Amino acid sequence: MQLKINGKAIDLAIETDMPLLWAIRDEVGLTGTKFGCGVALCGACTVLLDGEPVRSCSVPSGAAVGRKITTIEGLGGKSALQKAWIAKQVPQCGYCQSGMLMAATALLARKPQPSDADIDAAITNLCRCGTYPRIKAAIKAAARI
Amino acid sequence: MTRTQTLDLNGSGEAALGSPSRRRFLRQTSATAGAAWAGAFSLGFYLPPAAADKLATDGPRAGALDINAWIRITPDNQVICEVARAEMGQGTSTSLPMLLAEELECRWEDVRMEFASVNEHLARNKVYVTFATGGSRGTRDSQLVMRKAGAAAREMLKAAAAERWGVAASELRAKLGKVSHPATKRTATYGELAQAAALQKAPADIVLKPAGQWTLIGKPLPRFDIPAKSDGSAIYGIDVRLPGMVYAALLQCPVFGGTPVSFDTAAVLNRRGVKKVIAGPDFVAVVADNWWRAQQALKSLKVVWDYQGGEKLNDAAVQKILEAGIVDAKVLRADGNFDAAWTAAQAAATTGVKVIEADYFTPYLNHFTLEPQNCTARVNGDHAEVWAPTQNAEATQAEAAKTLGVPLQNITVHRPYLGGGFGRRGASQDYVRQALQIAKEVPGVPVKLLWSREEDMQHDFYRPVALYRQRAVVDGSGKLTAWQAHIASQSILERVRPASLKDGRDFQAAEAFHDMPYEVAHVDVRHGICRINVPVGFWRSVYHSQNPFARECFLDEVFKAAGKDPLLGRTELLAPNSRDRKVLEAAAQAGNWNGKLAKGRFQGLAVQDAYGSFAACVVELSVNDQKAVTVHAVTVAVDPGHVANLDSARAQIEGNVIYALCTMFLSEINIQDGRVVQSNLQDYPLMQLRQTPRINAVLVPTGGDAWGGMGEPPYAPITPALANALAAATGVRVRRTPFSHDGFTLA
Repeated sequence: MQLKINGKAIDLAIETDMPLLWAIRDEVGLTGTKFGCGVALCGACTVLLDGEPVRSCSVPSGAAVGRKITTIEGLGGKSALQKAWIAKQVPQCGYCQSGMLMAATALLARKPQPSDADIDAAITNLCRCGTYPRIKAAIKAAARI
Repeated sequence: MTRTQTLDLNGSGEAALGSPSRRRFLRQTSATAGAAWAGAFSLGFYLPPAAADKLATDGPRAGALDINAWIRITPDNQVICEVARAEMGQGTSTSLPMLLAEELECRWEDVRMEFASVNEHLARNKVYVTFATGGSRGTRDSQLVMRKAGAAAREMLKAAAAERWGVAASELRAKLGKVSHPATKRTATYGELAQAAALQKAPADIVLKPAGQWTLIGKPLPRFDIPAKSDGSAIYGIDVRLPGMVYAALLQCPVFGGTPVSFDTAAVLNRRGVKKVIAGPDFVAVVADNWWRAQQALKSLKVVWDYQGGEKLNDAAVQKILEAGIVDAKVLRADGNFDAAWTAAQAAATTGVKVIEADYFTPYLNHFTLEPQNCTARVNGDHAEVWAPTQNAEATQAEAAKTLGVPLQNITVHRPYLGGGFGRRGASQDYVRQALQIAKEVPGVPVKLLWSREEDMQHDFYRPVALYRQRAVVDGSGKLTAWQAHIASQSILERVRPASLKDGRDFQAAEAFHDMPYEVAHVDVRHGICRINVPVGFWRSVYHSQNPFARECFLDEVFKAAGKDPLLGRTELLAPNSRDRKVLEAAAQAGNWNGKLAKGRFQGLAVQDAYGSFAACVVELSVNDQKAVTVHAVTVAVDPGHVANLDSARAQIEGNVIYALCTMFLSEINIQDGRVVQSNLQDYPLMQLRQTPRINAVLVPTGGDAWGGMGEPPYAPITPALANALAAATGVRVRRTPFSHDGFTLA
């Protein structure tokens, strides 16, 4: 099958039911997308599928064929959100932050000026270190609110 | 200069060419640090430990001094600081270089860090003191070493300049990475002086800057590790990739202590990508060319286990063992005569004397590091390389060596980032052992072992379960005169460091009680060690994660009976100038205690010292008629003596608030049929961003020689403050966690 990841077409000889997470991590070798729970509850594996945030541990690779997949590596490192993440010193252990940034990227694409309620509703990813206050502050900073 | 040269200075001022292992280390670090450091000149120096004077004159041992710290300076003025402690989000890998740079007088933008090599540590007689990262010790136990290292290097750089210019070192100034001689307007950069500095004698007397002159310590500086954690490039243990690497998924016996008896590999080995099925002492693993394929194959593997009788354990049996532990509890502290005071109080019950009794309970808890346990290993004959997200690289090396039955030096340990630690990955190196047991079955091939979340949930070293039975006497004037606390819990130290028990008594398990700051005439503190077939381990703030809940909530019950305000009641029992009292008053002020509150809002407070720091908390919350609790604001004041990186300290307070909210409202591990009931986030949930209160992080360092911790102390007073606020709001005194047992949920 062919997956289009961060603008690159990649041919993979894998099972269609292999979760997209493991195709991205173990087959393609992009390790910024993390494994946390495997049941779509923590959000560490969040990637964008045609701009929408999905939990890649629970999306079969076959379902991503023909769609635009964006991972943390595809954000380029200099997006407004990534700059805000550094300015607000958001990460602690950092393990959830790739997923957080993907969820936040999708939010700002949909709502460039999100309200507190919008942020609360959109960010359902889990952070164990407790960076939630800074995530919220960084999203607002990136949106210039 | 492209030549790599190695010179060591020890406490006696002798320079010596590096040993072969030292040269090997330099090549390794050059390779790992990238081309920028290749060929860099290294200023490595020994700093004498406490007994330095003696050692320096003690001929035969003079060359074998321990190093306390490490600095390298390159010709282009880069200062590379070695960090032995692990970075798991607490910021230590930035705070420690800050401490060193403060005294070195270099430019902060020239400072870099590298994780110290445990192999170098071993080869050089334990130069880095310890790699253990726990007990909130990363900064407080390293600060003197790091500051002295910086100061010694600065003086050696000045001595080198003095020699070069033929002037007295006392006429020189060191500032911003340069040594200058104001009288002749000469300057030289640290990079230019480094080579000569390495040949200088280490100063015998090191005078450190007074706190008032600090320019870096206490400032909010950006952490080194954050950019890589914002673009996906940071490499965690789970991210290690090596040529030819294979992946292992494992299944452990669901009942603690059980072993695999048999399994049928036929259905597994013909699956795509599967290479091998391996049985260990407590697990069965499938090795494949992709982790998902290994994990899928594992699901179709039917394993027969021998539970060794462990399947009979359940929550009710645990409760019985705790009850017996209360009865058998040993005395840890006895002031006055509690029994006499208690008996007299009951006789005097009609004269305004009050007696209070209550039981508290706290459950087992899982650490839930978001990165599940994992370890990558490659075994070549009697040598191995290990890549582990570890809170103690030295313990990782020891575990790997023990597993293979080889000497420590045969194990090379690499140190990727940790996706959370919280005590899970320090003293407990089970995942390292398993990785080695699997890797030795595929010689020469690197294997990445990764646990599923379900394995991680059901095979932790859990925060111990505990039962508290307390009694108190309040005299006719409303004064607390007698306090009894009998505690039963498992002993972590009995498993990890049995030698630290005193006559079979575990003082750590009764921390917050036997060392309580309150002045009470009759105190009776006892602890009973319970032996239960559930593995326990250090969990963020250890017994301070649960004992303060029982102590500070019971104290509020006492004040309620005595008709006293919780703040006033506590301050009456605390010495006027005690740090507990000062930090409590700071929290009360910042948290607007007894101030005007919005309608329906209530407050609770608590104080607790832990790990050398003093912390107090004020919680403000409201409760609706469905018993859904909205936590509006949490104020935490901490007096850690000194703050290293102000922003990291604030982040630790924020993190502790959220960690504590999860514990109080959501988290519990139950035991049924000898196994853990919970398996993943659907039954062990974590709180979400939308539930986050306003967090008011207040740092009130009071200085002095002793530094306290920041990673765990803020946690201690938060849990009782939450329960005390809940009692204020509803009149319901919750005496066990999570609060869901009393019907309360987090809105």
